[in-house]
Amino acid sequence: MQPPILELNHITKTFPGVTALDDVHFDIRPGEVHALLGENGAGKSTLIKVASGVYEPDSGEIIIGGQPVRFGSPRDAQAHGIATIYQELLLYPELSVAENIFMGHAPRTRLGAIDWATMRSRSLEILASLNIDDMDVTRKVGSLTVGNRQRVEIAKALSMNARVLIMDEPTAAITESDVERLFSIIELLKQRGVGIVYISHRLNEVFDIGDRVTVLRDGRYIATEPVDQMTEDKLVSMMVGRTIDNLFPKLDAQVGKVVLEVRNLTRKRVAHDVSFQLREGEIVGMAGLVGSGRSEIAQVIFGFTPAHAGSILVDGREVRITTPGQAMRYGIAYLPEDRGTQGLIRQMDLRANTSITVLRALSRATFINRQKETQLAHSTIQQLSIRAYGPQQLVGKLSGGNQQKVVVGKWLATRPRVLIVDEPTRGIDVGAKAEIHRLMSELAQQGMAILMISSEMPEILGMSDRILVMREGRLVAEFSRAEATQENIGLAMMGDIGNNGKSINSQLDGVEWQA
Amino acid sequence: MASITQTVSARRQRFSPSSILRSVLGSQESVLLLALILLIVWVGSENRQFLATRNMVNVFAGNAYIAIAALGMTMVIITGNIDISVGSLMVTLSMLSGAISVYEGYPSWVSTDLTIALAWVLPVIVGALVGAIIGFIVTYLRIPAIVVTLGFLSILKGLLIIVSGGDRITGMPKGYALAQIRPLEDVSMPIFPAFFQTLTMPVFFMVILTILVALWMRYSPTGRALYAVGGNAEAARLSGISRHRVVMTAFILNGVFVGIAAVMNATQFSVIQVTLPPIELTIITATVVGGVSILGGTGTVVGAMLAAIFLNTITKALVFLDISPFWTRAIQGMLILITVLADLYRRHRQSA
Repeated sequence: MQPPILELNHITKTFPGVTALDDVHFDIRPGEVHALLGENGAGKSTLIKVASGVYEPDSGEIIIGGQPVRFGSPRDAQAHGIATIYQELLLYPELSVAENIFMGHAPRTRLGAIDWATMRSRSLEILASLNIDDMDVTRKVGSLTVGNRQRVEIAKALSMNARVLIMDEPTAAITESDVERLFSIIELLKQRGVGIVYISHRLNEVFDIGDRVTVLRDGRYIATEPVDQMTEDKLVSMMVGRTIDNLFPKLDAQVGKVVLEVRNLTRKRVAHDVSFQLREGEIVGMAGLVGSGRSEIAQVIFGFTPAHAGSILVDGREVRITTPGQAMRYGIAYLPEDRGTQGLIRQMDLRANTSITVLRALSRATFINRQKETQLAHSTIQQLSIRAYGPQQLVGKLSGGNQQKVVVGKWLATRPRVLIVDEPTRGIDVGAKAEIHRLMSELAQQGMAILMISSEMPEILGMSDRILVMREGRLVAEFSRAEATQENIGLAMMGDIGNNGKSINSQLDGVEWQA
Repeated sequence: MASITQTVSARRQRFSPSSILRSVLGSQESVLLLALILLIVWVGSENRQFLATRNMVNVFAGNAYIAIAALGMTMVIITGNIDISVGSLMVTLSMLSGAISVYEGYPSWVSTDLTIALAWVLPVIVGALVGAIIGFIVTYLRIPAIVVTLGFLSILKGLLIIVSGGDRITGMPKGYALAQIRPLEDVSMPIFPAFFQTLTMPVFFMVILTILVALWMRYSPTGRALYAVGGNAEAARLSGISRHRVVMTAFILNGVFVGIAAVMNATQFSVIQVTLPPIELTIITATVVGGVSILGGTGTVVGAMLAAIFLNTITKALVFLDISPFWTRAIQGMLILITVLADLYRRHRQSA
């Protein structure tokens, strides 16, 4: 067994009020994929920030090639061969692929000017070494797909001779075929002796490509194990400290009359001719690839980007919805896809974030009733079991799952009749996920109509009474709970044109089963 | 279990002496108040004349009109916008107010009292209108506020000089001097009585308006919406808040407060001049030093008011410390930088 390239020993890191890491160990050997697992708030992000020089640990040591080192900045870490690819890719959209790859260390001519020819040819070389031969290095990065941008980031890391590559949820935002390519690139990097730290919420990926796995929980080190000696159940129970026997506790609900109906809803370029109905007590899952028009149709219904054609009916009566405010008056709520940029106001406390949708209702004579507002915050914390020290906590400091619960809470405060949720459990930990599923189930039982957009097949299959499938802006299929299978949903999502059986299968292979 | 222990430890953390100190130092308002008191005490100990009532009156009242204009600026900046035309607008409205009061061609049924009332009220209305126009261009025509108000700055300045010919206005009627600073007896006194004697008209307006606006911003839905839009415009919109309406409101109220500040400025002395010092910079400085984040979303009018007083105190203190008054601007500039750095530091810690 080869000695580790990078070792983190007894790492402790605290922030005001929180111990983010408490005596944590981690190491990475050449040519291995070391998966890092844990719920949101377990300390994964903090650990990789320590490893990449963003944070300095309060105590503990970082050892590279047997020598203790100190990272004063990410640059120091890069100089030691540690590169990080964050979830939000940090590229310059207005610059070319080659410029991005060599940002900060462009080859120079003898006169000190940038040597464009060398830069382009070296970029092509690096990309070719990753079996990427379909990329134009003179293209602006902003015009590339997310999958391609990610490959540019990997090339950039290699151009700096990275020996350790940290990848934070690399598959969260890319398509299945991109995931496949990513895995083959990771295989190539392994052969070259690069150590890969792999963070993902998708357990099946850990089993697909991981060699070892380290689990963190609440900032503490739980264990490091070879992946082939683990099972999903074991991993999940290590992560949450308890065994979850049913991730999707869908309860039976009485399905009543139609609350929301859309007819031939169209918004140019994103959604065409979409018609469906939503009944009381029903959870309707909406499947489809990213970019198939799912979120777009939700935003049309919610009035964020109003429709160009078609009609929306609430309780059988046609309504005009051109702003979110109007949609809210008809009892529609929309939990957006990205809680960070669309859901939360980070500078505000939990109380202000939960009351923001109901300020008028909480007010009397132009002043907000503080008591009622605080009460609302307390009951939201309780109802959704949000881990916060109270209504005054700034939401920016909560973990991902708890942030999502705050956003859910602010919509429940409006007592909606129609709840549209867009990727309700993306990027949140297993425990919070189960809680949100249970909540949705209960809300449906109480008669709420729920439209659930999701990219996770188990979530779609486990939660939905009916499943709608979107593809290229159109509604292409509908399945009852009984009819629905991974295969027929997957087929409908991918379509027959241009895709052979193999890619459909790989799509299905990518589906995670966590229960 | 974990959540319970977490709650307890969080509670304990919050009430430890060091955390109280941290939270005091963490709020710009308390830092400013502390700095203001220390500065007055220190300068007073260097030169006792500084604490003379006459001087204290000027220290507190001298920048009252800046503080009132900063009320509107605070709202505008909190929504993530800015208005650099306020200085030109203020001088224009001051001249308008003076001109109304000295105009002699009114029909005979117009009494002097009515003239004076008009001279007080009309600038406020015109200010609101100008604010509405700026707000409309910024929101519905989607032009960045800094560009729009840069345009207004030049337009107003130009028109003002053309219309007034650079003249000054004097001979305002009796009773017009709403915001006159009436210096009280010129005796040196301990600090507290002096403080109360400084409650002249400008200070009265400043304090009352600041309290009202502070309450409104903190406890009204619209006030809350200002912060929401500045904090995260998209999330605010997805929560049913109309960004356009909120930003329009901020600019209109900004115009109203510039109008009030203009009337204060015009009625403070017996002369109204077309001097065009960069008042907008002082107003923006007061707002930013008061803790209003230039990135939007945070800050209070109380901070802005304290900062306005603080800036004036520095200017006056320089005289008593025998330091060239030309240092004023340099010190203001440094204060801005320090505040912005402190803001960035706080944000950094919050996001960590």
